[in-house]
Formats: sequence, structure tokens, C-alpha cells
Amino acid sequence: MKKGKFTGARIIVKSLEAQGVEVIFGYPGGATLPIYDELAKSSIRHVLARHEQGAAHMADGYARATGRLGFCMSTSGPGATNLVTGIATAFMDSSPVVAITGQVPRPLIGNDAFQEVDTTGITIPITKHNYLVQQAKDLPHCLSEAFYLAGSGRKGPVLLDIPKDVQLEEFSLNQVKRPLLEGYNPTIKGHPGQIKRALGLLKNAQKPVIIAGGGVCHAEAQEELKQLAERGDIPVVYTLMGKAAFHNSNPLCLGMLGYHGRVEANTAISEADIILAAGTRFGDRSTGPLGSFAAQAKIIHIDIDPAEISKNVSAYLPIVGDVKNIIGRLADLIPTIKHPDWTTHLKEVAKNHPLREIKKGVMTPHILTVLKEIAGDPILVTDVGRHQIFAAHYFPVESGRSFITSGGLGTMGFGVPAAIGAKLGHPEKNIVDIAGDGSFMMTCQEIATAVEEDIPILVLIMNDYCLGMISQLQDAFYGKRYEACRFGKNVDCAKLAESMGAVGIRVSREKEIAPAIEKGLSEDKPCVIDFILEDTPNVYPMVTGTSLMEYVE
Amino acid sequence: MKHTISILCDDIPGVMTRVSGLFSRRGFNIESLSVGHTEVSGKSRFTIVVKGDDRVLEQVRKQLQKLIHVIKAWDIKQDDAVEREHALIKIKLEDVKKHELLQIITAAQARIVDSSGPIWILEVTGDTRSVDNAFNLLNDYNILESIRTGKIAIERETSRFISG
Repeated sequence: MKKGKFTGARIIVKSLEAQGVEVIFGYPGGATLPIYDELAKSSIRHVLARHEQGAAHMADGYARATGRLGFCMSTSGPGATNLVTGIATAFMDSSPVVAITGQVPRPLIGNDAFQEVDTTGITIPITKHNYLVQQAKDLPHCLSEAFYLAGSGRKGPVLLDIPKDVQLEEFSLNQVKRPLLEGYNPTIKGHPGQIKRALGLLKNAQKPVIIAGGGVCHAEAQEELKQLAERGDIPVVYTLMGKAAFHNSNPLCLGMLGYHGRVEANTAISEADIILAAGTRFGDRSTGPLGSFAAQAKIIHIDIDPAEISKNVSAYLPIVGDVKNIIGRLADLIPTIKHPDWTTHLKEVAKNHPLREIKKGVMTPHILTVLKEIAGDPILVTDVGRHQIFAAHYFPVESGRSFITSGGLGTMGFGVPAAIGAKLGHPEKNIVDIAGDGSFMMTCQEIATAVEEDIPILVLIMNDYCLGMISQLQDAFYGKRYEACRFGKNVDCAKLAESMGAVGIRVSREKEIAPAIEKGLSEDKPCVIDFILEDTPNVYPMVTGTSLMEYVE
Repeated sequence: MKHTISILCDDIPGVMTRVSGLFSRRGFNIESLSVGHTEVSGKSRFTIVVKGDDRVLEQVRKQLQKLIHVIKAWDIKQDDAVEREHALIKIKLEDVKKHELLQIITAAQARIVDSSGPIWILEVTGDTRSVDNAFNLLNDYNILESIRTGKIAIERETSRFISG
């Protein structure tokens, strides 16, 4: 190579280094080998996943746990399509992931070449933006744009599809164009007039409620939210994504709202006169039927994405901007107020509608309670299903970024790889994945990755040999006709984990729960505990009617 | 209700797919779409005519605005704008009284752009209604094929965006 010249592959790795990337999760293939050749010379750690979907979830888990960009990489064709579920998961939950895919050489594009798919075409609807990089000299500005886009404004995944011959092409850096993003300028500071109006509404509210969404966690606005809630004496409900937005044991915390929400949370929403919704997109799982949602309330909607305003629920007062900035302003300005009637009323509702009693035994709520006692404040990662909702209700979290779950897309198989990513972001913390047996089996091969890469995560499988949420729905809405939701009992998940070099423990008695968790947390290897559940109750409350107030509890 | 959406965007590959995808994923059928360069180099402008629920279309507009290469997307109010579309119509002259046809062409405010053989090509320019009208008038003749550009629209007021 001539002096002053770079190959595309080298500039990719140099850009990653300049960005301060510590780790990239990937799976190589013919169309990314030039990048791997450069990566070998770099200090960036590459974690070799066992499936590209795993690599994408790892990058996502890393991003969610740290707030920094998560990076994943795959080859063209099947490598790229295998990333798709992971990218869509990150997109739905606004997680800043950068995905790099190899593409067949430019002369072959469009000819149905070996391992060719239209990666950018496939990923348009599930990325914040994507690029098919046409020339090596476009790489520097495409990469810096991609990093900037993924991590700014409403965060989200950005994909770069890079043909193999672009990776090999040589160019000199003075050919580089400057990035220009005329059409992209996220609003950060909230409009002062709107903030003043919001303040007026909150001051005069008799029955105010705050809905804390995932945006509060992304913006790391927990402290500001706490101040606002406490000064204004405003009860807080959270969405699944916003669980870590507010200390779950704060007396003002009413728990999760929505389809599987706590009765006091849903009552607060249904009776409130002013709702301050922060960083939530009013997803259908958290609103229930829209027609009756918050019928008494004027809604102040804070979101960094103007397209979220009045998308699902009409906003009486929108404030576009960064949640941390806006909530911070409100918290500074709000006087100390008390709403004794309102908070007492809600406490009364809470007292009359507790969660179902936690019975001792090898059952999910009890296991979660024991885990909380032993593990304190770990990062809890969940998979998707009945255990996920149990975790939302029965495992209080205290700090930000300590509850990681696939809320929007509801991706089974998210847990194990996301936990691996989270552990690399926070090696000092305990990372515990609550999985169902269905979810676990979708990406369990990544246990091998965790073992090889020396990433000690703890996986707790709530094993009922059943797709719990499916059976719950069939129980409630399909006349108890349980179809296609039972698995055979042939798989021994503990042995499966052991076969990959992890510690595997099978627990089927109550007294074994605590020792197993203690052992799991003290291991310096990944550990999988397979809890053979003795009873598999449905998770309640569950909204069954046309409003949040029609529920089974 | 019918809407005319105008989009100012960067002129780069893939913008069309991104734009049209936001309509198709919601099951909207784009009635017409026209796109071309603007007075600013590297910028294109779309005019899209689409029928749909007002609230949903406002959501689509916001999503369009979110696309990284879209500088501005807005809904054009018909009263404030000049609208034009263009059509080319091919007519077979067999058994046709030419003087009658010529009268109709005049009435329809069409122009003959090719009359070199037994098949004529006419052009019509106007707002959607006058182009529809021309088709109505020419309907009795043997139209072999026709093509319409779809509407382009521009507001009477000064520019809604700072260009250049």
C-alpha cells in the first residue's frame, strides 16, 4: 500500500478505535474477512458469537447497560438476515446499536450472487438509518454519521452495508467529504413556554400522575424524575421499559401500568386529572384499549421524537426535547406541593389490590424474591413471556440501566446474549438473566460464547416445559384449549449448559433455591440454574376488558 | 381525505424506497408520485398524492420528516398552491373526422405534439381537473395509450424553507 493510502477495511477499524470502541460482537464470513484481517491488528476485542442474532442482542445488551454504542458485525446474506431480529429488537426499544454487514463485491450486486441479499432494503424499516457504502472514500463520513445518528436524538440502530471490494479498495484521506446532515437536527432543550404551561398544569392538578417510560432511562433522568415526583408529590407509574426510571420502592411508586399493570397504577391513570408522560410512546401494552385510556386526564407528553406526540394518545401539551433537560427544568421550578387525598386514596387502592401472595416453593415469584435478597441490586435481564411480567412485578429495581428487557419487539431469546453484552459493559456487576425454557432454547448456544470468552453471567430458567404466556392467553381467551404450547421433558438444561463448559444446576426443591443462586453468583464461570417449577400460576393482574379497569387480579 | 404531500430531500439513492415504504406499510395506495431536481443542486422534491385518514397521514408526515435525508415534509393546502400535471395521449385516427377532433383538442386545451402518421400524440397540461376533463372529451376516440405525470404542486407564498 502506498504511503498515505488506506484500505476501506483499515479505515473501518481505525474509525472504531477513534470512537473508543472496546468490544464488537460478530460472526465472520467471506464478505467481512478484510475487516477481520484488520481487526486482528487492533486492540478492539472481538467476541465471536455462535449466531449472528446473538451478536446483535449482545451489542444491544451492552448498549442498554452502558448507554454507549453497541457494535455488531456479520457477513452478507444469511449473516445479515440473522442480524435482523436483533436489529429490530434494538429499534423498537431505541437502543443505540451500530451494525456492520459485509456485502458481495460491487460488480456482483443485483446478480443474485452467492450470499447476496438486499441488506439495506431489508433493514430500512428497522433501522434509524442505513448505508450501502459505494466507495471506500465514503467510509469515513458514513461511519462518523452512523455513530452520531445511533447515539443522538432518539437513539436507534444504524446499519452500514459494506461491499467486500470497498473494504479492499485503497484511497487517500484527503479525498474524504465532510458529513452533512441538513435534515437531522434533534431538539434537545424543551420549549420554555411549554415548560411554563406544564408547570401551571402540574401546580393546579388535584390528581397528577407521572408515566415514566424507557426514555427516562435512555436520558438517565432518574435523579431529575425523583426530584420532580417528590417535590410535587406526584405518584409515578412506569412502563415495562421505564421500570428502572424510578426507584421501585419509593413510596410514590405505583408500579407498572398497562395490560399487565398493577391495579393502583391503572387506577391512577384512569382517575388522574393531569398526566405527565415522559419518554414513553404509549405502546399498546401500556395503554390497553385507547378509547378509555386516561379518560379524565389532560396529558403533558415529553418526548425527544416529535413523531411520538399524539401518535397513539392525544397530547394536551406536547414538549419535544430531551427528557433529562425538561424534567430537570420542571423539577427545579416546581414548588413543594402535597396531594394528601390523592396519594391516600391510591395507597388505599394498593392495599385492597395487592399482588397475589408469594407462596414458598419452586415458583417464579418466590425465586425472584430469593434472588433479590441474595443479589441485591444486580442488572436484571429478562427474556420474553410470563417470567418477564413476573420479573417486572416481583423484582424491585433501584438504579438506572438495571432492568434490561425486550419490551417493544418482545423477542424471545434476547436474554442470554443481552446478558453477555451487559456483563462486558459492567464487569463489576452481577448480571442475572431471568429466562423461560422456551426463550432460553432459542439462543442457548451463546452460553458457549460466554464460557469461551470468560463472561460469567447467571441464567435462571423458569422451566415449566411450557410456553407460559401462550398457555395463559389460551386459558383466558381460547377456552383453555392449550394448543402447541407444551414442550416435551427431554431437555436437561443444566446438562446442556454443562456440555458447553458452564456450571449447570438443576433445582426442583424449595430449599435448594437459595444455595443454588448463591453458588451461581460466586462462580467465575457462566452458570445456568434450571428451576423445575412445581406450580405454574398465570401472571396477574391482566386486563381482559375494554378498559384498564376491567381486569383479573 | 385526499392529501398532497410535498417533500424536500437529498438527491441520493434509496430515498424513494424510504419514502414509499412509509405509505405502503400502512396499506396506503399512492395515487401519484412525482419527483425531480430543484433549483438547489443535490436536492430533490417529491409531490405525493394520497388518500387516507387525516390523523394517520399526519403520522406518516412526521415519520417522513424523521427520515435522515428528508429536509422537510409538509401537507400542501390546495387553496394556497398552484398545481399542474401533464399527460400524453396517443390517438388512432382511423374513421375520425379530423375537424371534429381538432375542435375537441382545442376545447380540451390539448396540443398535438406528433401528427406525423396515422397515430397522433397529444399533450395536456393543467390541474388535475382539467386533465381529467381532457380525457373525458377525448373518450369517444380510440385512445391507444396514455400516461400522466401525476401532480406537482407549489405554494403561492414565499418559500417555506430556506434553500441553498
